[in-house]
Amino acid sequence: MLVSIKGDVRIFSYAAVGGAQEAKGPLGRAFDFIDESERFRQKTWEQSEGEMQRIALSKAMDKAGLSDGDVGHLFAGDLMNQCTSSSYGLMSFDIPHVGLYGACSTAAESIALASIMSDSTDSFSAAVTSSHFCSAERQFRYPLEYGGQRTPTSQRTVTGSAAFLLGRGRGKIAVKELMFGRSVDSKISDICNMGAAMAPAAVDTMTRFFEESGTQPQNYDKIVTGDLGKEGFLITKMMMAQKGYNLDSVYDDCGLLIYNAAVQDMHAGGSGCGCSAVVAATSLFPAMERGEIRELLFIGTGALMSPTSAQQGLPIASIAHLVHVSAV
Amino acid sequence: MNMNENYKQFAERHAPKSPIVKDCLMAFWVGGLICVIGQAFSDFYKSRGASEETVKMLVPVTLIFLAALFTGLGVFDRIAKHAGAGTLVPITGFANSVVAPAIDNKAEGWVLGLGAKIFIIAGPVILYGTLASVIYGLIYYIVGLF
Repeated sequence: MLVSIKGDVRIFSYAAVGGAQEAKGPLGRAFDFIDESERFRQKTWEQSEGEMQRIALSKAMDKAGLSDGDVGHLFAGDLMNQCTSSSYGLMSFDIPHVGLYGACSTAAESIALASIMSDSTDSFSAAVTSSHFCSAERQFRYPLEYGGQRTPTSQRTVTGSAAFLLGRGRGKIAVKELMFGRSVDSKISDICNMGAAMAPAAVDTMTRFFEESGTQPQNYDKIVTGDLGKEGFLITKMMMAQKGYNLDSVYDDCGLLIYNAAVQDMHAGGSGCGCSAVVAATSLFPAMERGEIRELLFIGTGALMSPTSAQQGLPIASIAHLVHVSAV
Repeated sequence: MNMNENYKQFAERHAPKSPIVKDCLMAFWVGGLICVIGQAFSDFYKSRGASEETVKMLVPVTLIFLAALFTGLGVFDRIAKHAGAGTLVPITGFANSVVAPAIDNKAEGWVLGLGAKIFIIAGPVILYGTLASVIYGLIYYIVGLF
């Protein structure tokens, strides 16, 4: 069902942290903090990822002039088992912590839940997500130095984290409506083709949103999915067209925006929770503040498989959460 | 929610294919180059007076050492990305598949990290390679009886 946020909840501060490849990408200059070594002064990649979340939230809070006591709740997630990057990385904040796992859809999921929380409790909430190429490779694929070849449909996990602060009465980006996704059996079991696996979820959520809200793609300045990459982007456009929704001029995907895929050899594009989060914080939301985008549909897309489910041959379950934001 | 069964076929058909001709050519010349390097070492060791038996041992040892070194330096995977089977099939690929997890899992400790996970990629090759050699040995023995 369509969830309306009635109480003028806005995203009023945000910050993005990234690694070397993200810095080289077209959005590189818009990051608040970059560590080209991608170590963030930590001993392990998992801790590096947690540290990115800490830096992102600190920067977002500094920009807004907030301290721990001002934020009511923290909604955070990442790709690691048991979401350790969020829980360890954000341990230094004395803010009640709600841990989330939505795979790469977590940026939209955390913003959605934070806006509901801010709406019902009239307090500030934070949404933080991250992914790190090195920790994700280790958990989901091969050791970092293993010499393998990637298929053209494979995507690169973004090393990045972004934090968003939400609350009433401040900022220019208002959260209007939410549409949570359903777990979709994509029938795809190739973990190197996650774009195709997530596209049906994006189509399902978008279709339900347009039907329930009675709107059309042309009512929005931009419709952006999380990390479908080249493959998922094309399939989504095609499937939506079959359902009678023409996305042509308004549709984009964060996985395609984050890198210069041809030059940086990123195959189908970027992926990971960090992908949609940092694209929102470095490109989409700043464009809304400048008035270049007024109505935005931000759709986080996630592939919910684990290494175990993939090895046991289960097809990838996917999900997409939609957040409708308007420039005020 | 369930997608219809045809979607899998659709996605597979739609997915761009790996550039097989380019991949084969790259694998051919890089793999060939590794063999040439091996041959050069072989000739070198022979010229220094090593026996045939010693040379057969020294050449793989040298190639394994170099592959491990380049893995540690973070160069191997950059070459392998383009070379594919060219670096995977020679003994260099095996060395890389052992050294890479060793580096990666050091953070979890010497025993349960490095020790337990060092053969995570090479393990199946060792297991089924040994098994295949046992089966081959049995067949060889049985055929020899007649």
